[in-house]
Amino acid sequence: MLEIKNLVVQIEDKRILNGLNLTVNNGEVAAIMGPNGSGKSTLSYVIAGKEDYEVLDGEIILDGQNLLEMEPDQRAAAGVFLAFQYPLEIPGVASMTFLKAAMNAQRKSRGQDELSTPDFIKRVNAAAAKLEIPKDMLKRALNVGFSGGEKKRMEILQMALLEPTFCILDETDSGLDIDALRIVSEGVNALRSPDRSFLVITHYQRLLNHIVPDTVHVMSAGRVVKSGGKELALELEANGYADYRESEAA
Amino acid sequence: MAGVTLMKTPAETGLVQAFETVKATLPGDVESRAQAFELFERNGLPHRRVEEFKYTDLRALMREVAPFAKVPSADEAKTALRDAKALAEINALQVPFVNGHFVRDAVDFKNLPEGVEIVPLAEALASGHDWLTRLSPVEWARQNPVYQLNSSFMADGVMIRIVGQVTTPVHLRFVTSSASAVATATRVLVLIEDGASVKLLETHESTNGVSHQPNDVVELIAGDQTNVHHVRVNAEGDQALALSTFAVKIGAEASFNSINVVAGSATSRHQVFAILNGENTKAQINGATMLKGRQHGDSTLVVEHAAPHCESRELFKTVVDNEATGVFQGKIIVPHHAQKTDGRMMSAALLLADGAAMNNKPELEIFADDVQCAHGATCGQLDEDLLFYLMARGIPKKEAESLLIQAFLGEAIEFVDNEDVREALVHTVEEWLKART
Ligand SMILES: Nc1ncnc2c1ncn2[C@@H]1O[C@H](COP(=O)(O)OP(=O)(O)O)[C@@H](O)[C@H]1O
Ligand SMILES: [Mg+2]
Repeated sequence: MLEIKNLVVQIEDKRILNGLNLTVNNGEVAAIMGPNGSGKSTLSYVIAGKEDYEVLDGEIILDGQNLLEMEPDQRAAAGVFLAFQYPLEIPGVASMTFLKAAMNAQRKSRGQDELSTPDFIKRVNAAAAKLEIPKDMLKRALNVGFSGGEKKRMEILQMALLEPTFCILDETDSGLDIDALRIVSEGVNALRSPDRSFLVITHYQRLLNHIVPDTVHVMSAGRVVKSGGKELALELEANGYADYRESEAA
Repeated sequence: MAGVTLMKTPAETGLVQAFETVKATLPGDVESRAQAFELFERNGLPHRRVEEFKYTDLRALMREVAPFAKVPSADEAKTALRDAKALAEINALQVPFVNGHFVRDAVDFKNLPEGVEIVPLAEALASGHDWLTRLSPVEWARQNPVYQLNSSFMADGVMIRIVGQVTTPVHLRFVTSSASAVATATRVLVLIEDGASVKLLETHESTNGVSHQPNDVVELIAGDQTNVHHVRVNAEGDQALALSTFAVKIGAEASFNSINVVAGSATSRHQVFAILNGENTKAQINGATMLKGRQHGDSTLVVEHAAPHCESRELFKTVVDNEATGVFQGKIIVPHHAQKTDGRMMSAALLLADGAAMNNKPELEIFADDVQCAHGATCGQLDEDLLFYLMARGIPKKEAESLLIQAFLGEAIEFVDNEDVREALVHTVEEWLKART
């Protein structure tokens, strides 16, 4: 279970999260929607442990562990996974080298042995096939020259291989065509389980048609301003965020 | 003796005394050594007010001169070579030098690969071999004080001639091994005949914890339509003051590919003087330098496009950790007649600690009007966003840094065509990264 209480975050003296509260239970898929600039990506970075952000107040507890006291790699070991809104290109780092380093780091933190090369390749190939990721894509440097959609698929591939317990998808649907959206959504749905939860950040109902959320939260100006069931997303799709912006201004 | 009064430092006095002592015992014509030493003596050890040594003040760095090494016994040579590990696993014709002396017994002269001829230098100097007239082919080197010292003191080495396509790599192994510090001056000349191709490996190693002072020169005359792959590794001991020169003259329509990998020495200065002497030649000259602790590593490069229509690419990567200092000084020279020159020089440095420093000085000296030349230099730190991305996947910080550092150096190393050698270089980088604190 992830519990965020009264989270206040700033960057370069600019307040971005203003006392955010959010709880995501085990096995739950929580969607976060909200206008551009409301702090959704900031929230995902702060959960994953990016350094640039200054946490002024509040706490983030995952399964009883205080994430704010941990380095990003320790948070990953604790089960956090962030599928980036803008996955980074890393020239010179081969995709396979990277995947192996990440998987072995994960295994080490769980007290498991390193994967043998054949076992590693078998797992990657199986997961890549499900996401319809061509093999020659994996021969390239990480994300270098990948299209927007390929990068997003690569993120989900990593998620599938690392088997995290708390997955954050930051606008994974942006840049995906309909087929890719279906493939990625199926990939995510396949990972749904009673002991894995998801925080799905999106602007659009169309992703939530594929990945049906248990709860929907509306974020505005650095706070969760409304929470509800999956019907809330439909309501937002119909009416936009105007109501929530006003409530902020008031 | 006129120069002696100008000499001030103990090291300079030591060099004068050493030359007086050893010159009569060194092989060959004393006169040409004396000429080289006189040139050196005129200005003495170069210091920071000498432009080419601005960042590597040898007068300050070389406090005293170690005694010149004696010829090792057969057992000493054997042990030294057994303990030397750099590229030792690569299948190659090994041409070893221990303490500046060619280890003749280690070469099976009767079964040299086809197209390879080897002449021991000490003997050649003593007897006056034909090829000696081709020693010191590069003017830029002859003007250089480090090279002049080698010309004065060179005790041994080899001359190698390559004819035709030689597929077995030729591995020049320079090993300095002794419990107390010694100075060495080894000279290798490689003559690559028109149309020939060769893979040259060069490794330099010395005892850890001992302040050895190797001064090695490898020079190469490559004819027309030659194909040369050259990989040099500085794996010197952690206290070594290593001076070295690679001087090459390349003919027309040739292909030349060279890299210097620096993983050793307390202080190193490696000088490359390359003359592209015939039209339509392509040269790729790279460097990958790893410095830590208080190491000082200097790569100095002069590439002269002495003929039109040549292309050169220089790519130097330097990683500097702790309180180490890196130096890159590179110059592309294009005389007025060398039209259609295409030269591009890039030096990039990665600083891993606050105390790390890099001096980058790329230059172009262009006198022709129809050329494409460019140079660039960057100096930065590891990208925080990339580090976060890797760490967010569970990769611990040090390992994430290692991946990025390997990628950075890899861009220079990937030009090495021999897969075994390339892998050995990658391994060298990995070992360096493992030892990082
Ligand atoms: N590194 C940064 N430096 C300065 N401002 C930032 C930085 N990152 C985000 N912001 C600002 O914080 C606000 C929230 O951004 P973000 O979390 O990306 O919103 P969302 O993902 O909801 O669109 C925006 O006003 C944005 O400009
Ligand atoms: Mg965002």
